[in-house]
Amino acid sequence: MSIENPIFRTEDLCAYYGDFMAIKHVTMSIPEKKVTAFMGPSGCGKTTILRCLNRLHELTPGAWYSGKIFLRDQDILEMDPILVRRKVGMVFQKPNPFPTMTIYDNVLAGYKLLGIRLKKEEADRICEEALRKAALWDEVKDILHRRGTFLSGGQQQRLCIARALAVNPEVLLMDEPTSALDPKATLQIENLIVDLKNTVTIIIVTHNMPQAGRVSDYSAFFYLGELVEFGPTAEMFTNPKDPRTEEYLTGKFS
Amino acid sequence: MNNTNNVRYQWRRTKNQIILATIAVLAIIPAIPLFVILFQLFQKGISSLSIDFFLNLPAPPGEPGGGIKNAIVGTFIIVGLASLMGVPISIMAGIYLSEYGKESKFAHLVRMCADIFQGVPSIVIGIIAYAWVVKPLGKFSALAGSVALAIMMIPVVVRTTEEVLRLVPNILREASLALGVPYWRTVLKVVLPTGMVGVTTGVLIAVARIAGETAPLLFTAFGNPFMTYNPLEPMNALPLLIFNYSMSPYEDWWQQAWGASIVLITIVLLLNIASRILARRVAGEK
Repeated sequence: MSIENPIFRTEDLCAYYGDFMAIKHVTMSIPEKKVTAFMGPSGCGKTTILRCLNRLHELTPGAWYSGKIFLRDQDILEMDPILVRRKVGMVFQKPNPFPTMTIYDNVLAGYKLLGIRLKKEEADRICEEALRKAALWDEVKDILHRRGTFLSGGQQQRLCIARALAVNPEVLLMDEPTSALDPKATLQIENLIVDLKNTVTIIIVTHNMPQAGRVSDYSAFFYLGELVEFGPTAEMFTNPKDPRTEEYLTGKFS
Repeated sequence: MNNTNNVRYQWRRTKNQIILATIAVLAIIPAIPLFVILFQLFQKGISSLSIDFFLNLPAPPGEPGGGIKNAIVGTFIIVGLASLMGVPISIMAGIYLSEYGKESKFAHLVRMCADIFQGVPSIVIGIIAYAWVVKPLGKFSALAGSVALAIMMIPVVVRTTEEVLRLVPNILREASLALGVPYWRTVLKVVLPTGMVGVTTGVLIAVARIAGETAPLLFTAFGNPFMTYNPLEPMNALPLLIFNYSMSPYEDWWQQAWGASIVLITIVLLLNIASRILARRVAGEK
């Protein structure tokens, strides 16, 4: 299936940990301003490929890639990883606000840690905007100068989303963002993902198929490092083309 | 049948209590010397403590009065200079081991050297400082003492810094890197501040350790009965004063050595307590 004007396009992407090939010859296109879900059983490589997209994969000792990953027209494997990560933000499995910083500073961490000086009004505006986008503003607007770690797990995760959004990334990668959260917080994050897709392209790794069904427009199913199937979520869930996808969706293995 | 079971149960209970009591006694024994020492110190030395004792300079033998002001000031100058030299190097080395060297051969070598260095007798370090500083400068000096103490504190601070920074969760490094922050900035602005309390604890422990060292100062700082603030001159320090006074033939100097011991042990205890409070804060944050 072909995607018009994809934001990400991989060509024969392979990712390795030493001798182990975790991603095998993946060629795929990710549509812009949509939510794409990466699904698959544990160890299928979905997190690995997500971490290729912002070059975090290479931080693991012994990890390397082959192939190409285009962000629009630029091969990010040829770019400075720092520039890639400015354009491709990430939210992690466990909420990880910086424990030494206030809520306010956490949101602005993308600027402060880089030593970019903002005017007070500018900083306030970016902070409020990011927190509003992350649906956290109303809960924290009076406690901006408390530590980020003081918040509940779900609030911390939305704080991390705000932190990623504050630097205006083109793509937001989410690595099982709700797996450490309770059902209510999970629902809030899911609603937030649906709201955000107008402003930013989202790629979400999830273990949870109903969640993929609720939030994503497109789905990719990985199995043992291979991309088995890619297509509109509704189509894949109702009419999977590959027997392995069908077996996974019907719970024959997980 | 029931009866024998009950007897056995009673015997097991008694055994348990005997062993518990034995362990409790054994646990108290190591604490006894500390309290005996503290008790004896205060018993013998408390009478020399007075405001004059802190504010006056030593009196010549035979004259009554006299204080230990120069030794207190000297200890602070020598230990302060040692920290100024030792702490930045140690923290940078600790950062290197935890964030850059990791499992490399060179890092293992540095680690091994630090561990071996911790075991080098302090008198040997004094000799090294004598050869490095006293000989070339041609005289004893506080600086030479500080160099000796800095060498002593470096391995301790290097290893604690490394251990503490390793405890900083990796997801915080990744969070920063994912924002497009370069690695060196991540280390300086995220990893180091997160581990700062622990690093400070390590520094305090090291300072407490070197503050009481006598051997490295014997032929470096040497001691000085007069007041001096010049680190290039021989300088007095509390451990040196205690050593010299207790070796002297004058009874009132012995008395003052007891008093100086109280001052020294109080400084060391306060540093240890401060490091414990900080360490508890680290534990509380996790």
